[in-house]
Amino acid sequence: MASVNQTLRQQLPAFWLPIWTLTWRELLRFFRQRTRVVGALGQPLIFWVLFGAGLRGSFHAPEWAPSGMSYQEYFFPGVTVMIVLFTAIFSTISIIEDRREGFLQGVLVAPVSRLALVLGKLSGGTLLALIQAALFLVIGPLLYFVGLGPSLGWHLSPVGWLAMVGFLGLVAFALTALGYSMAWSLDSTQGFHALMSVFLMPMWLLSGSFFPVPESGWLSWVMRLNPLTYGVAGLRRLMSPTLAEVAASSSLPNLWICVAATCGFCLLTVTLACWLTHRRSVINVR
Amino acid sequence: MIAIRVDDLSHAYGDRPALNRVTFEIRRGEIFGLLGPNGGGKTTLFRVLSTLLAVQSGRVKVLDHDVATNSAVIRQRIGVTFQAPSLDRRLTVRENLVHQGHLYGLRGRDLGARIDDRLARLGLTDRMHASVNSLSGGLQRRAEIAKGMLHDPELLLLDEPSTGLDPGARHDLWRYLQQLRSENGVTIVVTTHLMEEAEKCDSLGLLDRGQLVALGTPAELRAEIGGDCLTIAAEEPAKLSARIAERYGIESKLLGGTLRIERARGHELLRELVEAFPEEITSVSLGKPSLEDVFIAKTGHRFWNEAEDNNRETG
Repeated sequence: MASVNQTLRQQLPAFWLPIWTLTWRELLRFFRQRTRVVGALGQPLIFWVLFGAGLRGSFHAPEWAPSGMSYQEYFFPGVTVMIVLFTAIFSTISIIEDRREGFLQGVLVAPVSRLALVLGKLSGGTLLALIQAALFLVIGPLLYFVGLGPSLGWHLSPVGWLAMVGFLGLVAFALTALGYSMAWSLDSTQGFHALMSVFLMPMWLLSGSFFPVPESGWLSWVMRLNPLTYGVAGLRRLMSPTLAEVAASSSLPNLWICVAATCGFCLLTVTLACWLTHRRSVINVR
Repeated sequence: MIAIRVDDLSHAYGDRPALNRVTFEIRRGEIFGLLGPNGGGKTTLFRVLSTLLAVQSGRVKVLDHDVATNSAVIRQRIGVTFQAPSLDRRLTVRENLVHQGHLYGLRGRDLGARIDDRLARLGLTDRMHASVNSLSGGLQRRAEIAKGMLHDPELLLLDEPSTGLDPGARHDLWRYLQQLRSENGVTIVVTTHLMEEAEKCDSLGLLDRGQLVALGTPAELRAEIGGDCLTIAAEEPAKLSARIAERYGIESKLLGGTLRIERARGHELLRELVEAFPEEITSVSLGKPSLEDVFIAKTGHRFWNEAEDNNRETG
């Protein structure tokens, strides 16, 4: 028994310490690059204000929306997911830089389990995404006072807040793992930017963030198959107590379906990230 | 006691071969140098030994563990210093070392003490709070070595350790490596393309075009050539080579614009040649064979031939 305890005591730090230190480094690097903070938060904020103003007239609120919902209100959860997506992208794109600068091979020859390496990088990206999203959740509603945003009253209980942040964390974790898998397989940041424009941005556009899922047609199928659709819809329900009760529809699935689909998405991307990392690949050496 | 055993190791990047059936052993407690021109395969070998690249064919044992199956144990016991710095340039020297310690399961007061010790040993104490970006190449190199030594590895692998070091810093580095070997019994493997560095190793392996062409102590390797080494510059070296062969029955190697003859009692031959061909010979030098001569004798070509058009090694 004593020896089992001892082995545990030796092994646990060996698993958690690398995760912690990789996360810590991610945060430290982020806050030393001010431009990244501005970029990942500023662009979505500007999108929210500009699209909100520009599309106000042409927006047809979906049937489940409370009466008088403006486009900017509709767009709010979508922009939150956009911030999470952008932060996840920028924190995983650093894998390519780490590889080019040589830092990555130092980590790869360390006795760190590949799972710990993946989890360290992902929790760093997720924490950053949550910090940025939290900033938006505070700044967004404040724009009402300068006439740039709708009146967004927060009516969430502490448990509601916790559930919302928890769910957002899950979405962030899944998206960071997706970005990680992409970055791990690419050898240039240009390649990552290309994938971002043809894959990640459309994925966000077709998630119900920007416009509701139509009732029928090919677009509705693409959007229903998009895992991020359930992330956005789940967040929508968790953000507003009135929407939590609304019956499920194609553009607003049931909360439990949203949670299940997002968990599945998360499991899939994390597994992919772990599998890719486990291979010893020539791309990682220089 | 064997630290590393490489048995029939071959490696290729796609269809470009990098290592061809390499077999050798490294004893514990010695400084072993892998000497070869860029593109010779030493970096590939280094990557396999450091567990970065999978073994494609053959067997490699590091500290009695198979690299293919037991890399986790090996990683805990080896220290690796890369040619390209593996420091995070946005972090300070100390932050980098703390991060490294955590990766190796070190923490708290033990980690702090180790960091202070390595910083002092490598003369980095007053720069520990400086961002890596602000350090000179030489100081970054030292921080890199401090990083590789932090967890007291039994085996230290260094890829071209003196890249970017001035002669003074290079001297200090080698004194430190020798100290590690003799006082702490650390086995050290360095790759190098510098002859003067190879001279300081206890044993050497010469790699050329993916093959191990010679193995031994620097003295043994020089003794294999035997005797002296004559280098002759001439207006028409090919013609002179033919005439020497005709008159004395001595083979000479034609390298660039010069002839090279390895022979015992070289001073006697030198006198004869100068008297026999006063017009043809423009200059002659006589010397004990250097490691470069060993390399030439083993491969039939100069050390730097390939290196010039293959500066940045990818293989």
